[in-house]
Amino acid sequence: MTIIQPHAADAAASQGSRKPQAVYLHIPFCTNKCFYCDFNSYVLKNQPVMEYLQGLEREMERTVKAVPPGEIKTIFVGGGTPTVLKPDEMEYFLKTVRTYFPNWSDSIEFSMEANPGTTDLEKLSVMREGGVNRVSFGVQSFQNELLQGIGRIHDTDDVYQSLENARKAGFENMSIDLMFGLPNQTVEMLAESVDKALALDLPHYSIYSLKVEENTLFHTMYKKNQLPLPNEDDELQMYLLLMDRMKKAGYEQYEISNFAKPGYHSRHNMAYWLNEDYYGLGAGAHGYVGHQRHMNIKGVNPYTEATKEGLPRLETFTVPKEEAMEDFMMVGLRVLSGVSESHFKEQFGLAIEEVFAKPLHRMLDAGLMEKTGEGYRLSEQGLLFGNDVFGTFIGSLTVKE
Amino acid sequence: MTDVQARQKNIRNFCIIAHIDHGKSTLADRILEYTGALTSREMQEQVLDQMDLERERGITIKLQAVHLTYKADDGEEYLLNLIDTPGHVDFTYEVSRSLAACEGALLVVDAAQGIEAQTLANVYLALDNNLEIIPVLNKIDLPSADPERVKQEIEDVIGLDASEAVHASAKAGIGIKEILEQVVKQVPAPSGESEEPLKALIFDSHYDPYKGVIVYVRVINGSIKAGSKIKMMATEKTFEVIEVGAFKPRMTIVDELMVGDVGFIVAGIKHVGDTRVGDTVTDAKKPTLEPLPGYRKINPMVYCGLYPIETSEYNDLREALEKLQLNDASLSFEPETSSALGFGFRCGFLGLLHMEIIQERIEREFNIPLITTAPSVIYRVTLTNGETIQIDNPSNYPEVGKIESVEEPYVKAAIIVPNDYVGTVMELCQNKRGEFVNMEYMDTTRVTITYQIPLSEIVYDFFDQLKSGTKGYASFDYEISGYRKSNLVKMDILLNNEQVDALSFIVHRDRAYQRGRIICEKLRELIPRQMFEVPIQASVGTKVVARETVKAMRKNVLAKCYGGDISRKRKLLEKQKEGKKRMKQVGSVEVPQEAFMAVLKIDDN
Repeated sequence: MTIIQPHAADAAASQGSRKPQAVYLHIPFCTNKCFYCDFNSYVLKNQPVMEYLQGLEREMERTVKAVPPGEIKTIFVGGGTPTVLKPDEMEYFLKTVRTYFPNWSDSIEFSMEANPGTTDLEKLSVMREGGVNRVSFGVQSFQNELLQGIGRIHDTDDVYQSLENARKAGFENMSIDLMFGLPNQTVEMLAESVDKALALDLPHYSIYSLKVEENTLFHTMYKKNQLPLPNEDDELQMYLLLMDRMKKAGYEQYEISNFAKPGYHSRHNMAYWLNEDYYGLGAGAHGYVGHQRHMNIKGVNPYTEATKEGLPRLETFTVPKEEAMEDFMMVGLRVLSGVSESHFKEQFGLAIEEVFAKPLHRMLDAGLMEKTGEGYRLSEQGLLFGNDVFGTFIGSLTVKE
Repeated sequence: MTDVQARQKNIRNFCIIAHIDHGKSTLADRILEYTGALTSREMQEQVLDQMDLERERGITIKLQAVHLTYKADDGEEYLLNLIDTPGHVDFTYEVSRSLAACEGALLVVDAAQGIEAQTLANVYLALDNNLEIIPVLNKIDLPSADPERVKQEIEDVIGLDASEAVHASAKAGIGIKEILEQVVKQVPAPSGESEEPLKALIFDSHYDPYKGVIVYVRVINGSIKAGSKIKMMATEKTFEVIEVGAFKPRMTIVDELMVGDVGFIVAGIKHVGDTRVGDTVTDAKKPTLEPLPGYRKINPMVYCGLYPIETSEYNDLREALEKLQLNDASLSFEPETSSALGFGFRCGFLGLLHMEIIQERIEREFNIPLITTAPSVIYRVTLTNGETIQIDNPSNYPEVGKIESVEEPYVKAAIIVPNDYVGTVMELCQNKRGEFVNMEYMDTTRVTITYQIPLSEIVYDFFDQLKSGTKGYASFDYEISGYRKSNLVKMDILLNNEQVDALSFIVHRDRAYQRGRIICEKLRELIPRQMFEVPIQASVGTKVVARETVKAMRKNVLAKCYGGDISRKRKLLEKQKEGKKRMKQVGSVEVPQEAFMAVLKIDDN
């Protein structure tokens, strides 16, 4: 029986002793809502965007006062669609980021999500000047009919135009998101999208499978049996096919849904997956700082108002050490190189083997995980059954049998 | 006339006989309200049905009694004891004993629907006990009410004079006073002798953690008070009475229970088994010569295995069963082991409803998730060596080569149904291996159909099918009629090539093939896909009669990490895991709870 000390008892060995080095900022506006999206986003029209950006500024000010940042290694601006900001709003926003998080690492990764069709050369130039050095475009598919079917407003021409503008504005570190398992999508269509994406020769690709979330149009359609999703075999074929093509094209699959050329991993996402601290700022944003997770107020106006009084929290809770260790496994095993013994020890002062003996051996015996020189990772089979593996660790310490 | 005799003259002990949802509980509530036993504010709806489960199902499981005072139109004050009766076929014996504690009964009949089978069965029980029966036509305010037709039906079918029947609506509070007046006028006062040795009928009991068993009695002769030494005549146990009381309706201590009274006794009794329903309580020093007639020990009719989903909860399950048994002497259980399900208990019940109630109470009140195996009746197997054994668990069924003959219990089932459905009902009974006995017209529109049917068929989904096949119009009652020889075989189920003992069942040879096929299909629907293919087979002996396959699951992975929303991801995984908790690992296969009951949900058509 391993005795697990609370965080405080071994603070030196635990995470949180370092100042946060990752920042997430949320821009909750979109030109329209996609049919599958349940993120915290609102249709832009008539929204008080400037007031929101001022609220965000107040949150940044309060945040760095409460927990001063370390040297910033990654900034990620997500949404919504951050690129719906007008150039002057964008300039103002990026200036505030620089003001409150001034200490940037030389190799900082500053990413912003963008939608094709919302990015002209002027805006991209403002972004570049404001410090953004990585853009992630939500392309999703290279078939216009599929794009319409998921509520995207762009078409494939916009994709090429946007990427060209981005290159002109000086961006070379770019990524696009693709999706598979879309309504009416065939294996051939997915293959075509992957090939067209690869032809762009970008350093990074994210390829996600569609998940029907509650409170979306797709969920309603799904319930009514009106969503013609590919069958499970086809969906599996798509996943196997895209992994194969990415590998042959020289991209490393470094996470379940992410592929990169050497040196181009999304370092911001890696901070999540390594269970490291990150600030979460903006309406509905999640953060994890000093063993505490928080979620911000979701509505635009309630959020903005709340920043006038204090930190705009919806909820905050301390993550007990047991839960943090489970989280470490859950997020860490998404990374294909796996979880590292030394990293676990550094955060918790314990060995993976002693904390998780039972679930670990169950997964090793089932052939869903395998040992590496560094620690443990998903096996090839385990990659397809990630949820079963993560689920085995979740609750193994926090739920009494 | 002595004071005791004067008091006795004004006692009226009565009960209510009604079909489910003909309004018994509402009527009881109105009577309580009218006599001021409870103000309506004090009263939670339907006071007599105290268990949540009863309230949800709208049926009475546990008997209750209330003591009321009523000032009648003749100016006298009467002491009324209203004894509530359970309204289900599983509890027929208990009903008969509570009837025996009364001199009269209100026969409540829905003025639109007329008499139903259960009502009829209980009216006959009441007539057997020489009760004065007062017909009440309830729900008289419904537009569809047809009191004249229903009165005629009461006269034709039961042979009672219904001309004086009270027109009432318990819901609207109509006719309550008239009912009470008829009780006072028509129900005879109790006839016992106060000077005779004590003779009291036990009609129920319940367990109180502080006081022990509280025995519900009707005093027939003599009296009883604190300090008396009493003896239970069937169990021959003796106790010293600590307190006696009445239900007003809360339990209230009184000095003495006198002749004709209904009340309770507390006597430091530890086991409900010592106070069997129907037994006679007498004075230990000066006993009565003869016990009251009608006592019998009740035996379980239906058995099933109860297993905790979490093996570690075995002892909790034992404690739960022990606690329930404190209040329910008809529940029996003993440890058993299943290679598929581990350690559990084989439990005996009066019937299906009783089984479901116990199951639900364990899950709800004790919070122990259960796996229940399909219910079985008791088979009598004569072996080739001449020995006869009783089998209450299909997995103990002997090899075919060792069996000389098998007998199974039959019931005589009476079904009342509008004549439009006669064909449907007969077809169902035939499908259930029923043997036609007779058919009688109750009036121009309704028929009583009687069949002999194997109990094992009733235990399956007979009742559900009867209800759905007749749009809910059929009512049904049955009594055990004895054992008969049958051509039965044991069917085994294999999952992933391993036999699952908890899924075995006994079936008539002629139906084995069909049942096997249906159950395999059912299991294929119920068993979630696993990471590998799972073959499902049904076999009789070594012969496989049906086969299905659960295809392998291909992938299960969450695609995205929602912008750092780790807690949401956790919740999704926890939810997935919660689903798995309801599953039992059988060999390498995860099997959901419902699968073990799948055999019940077979529709042979």
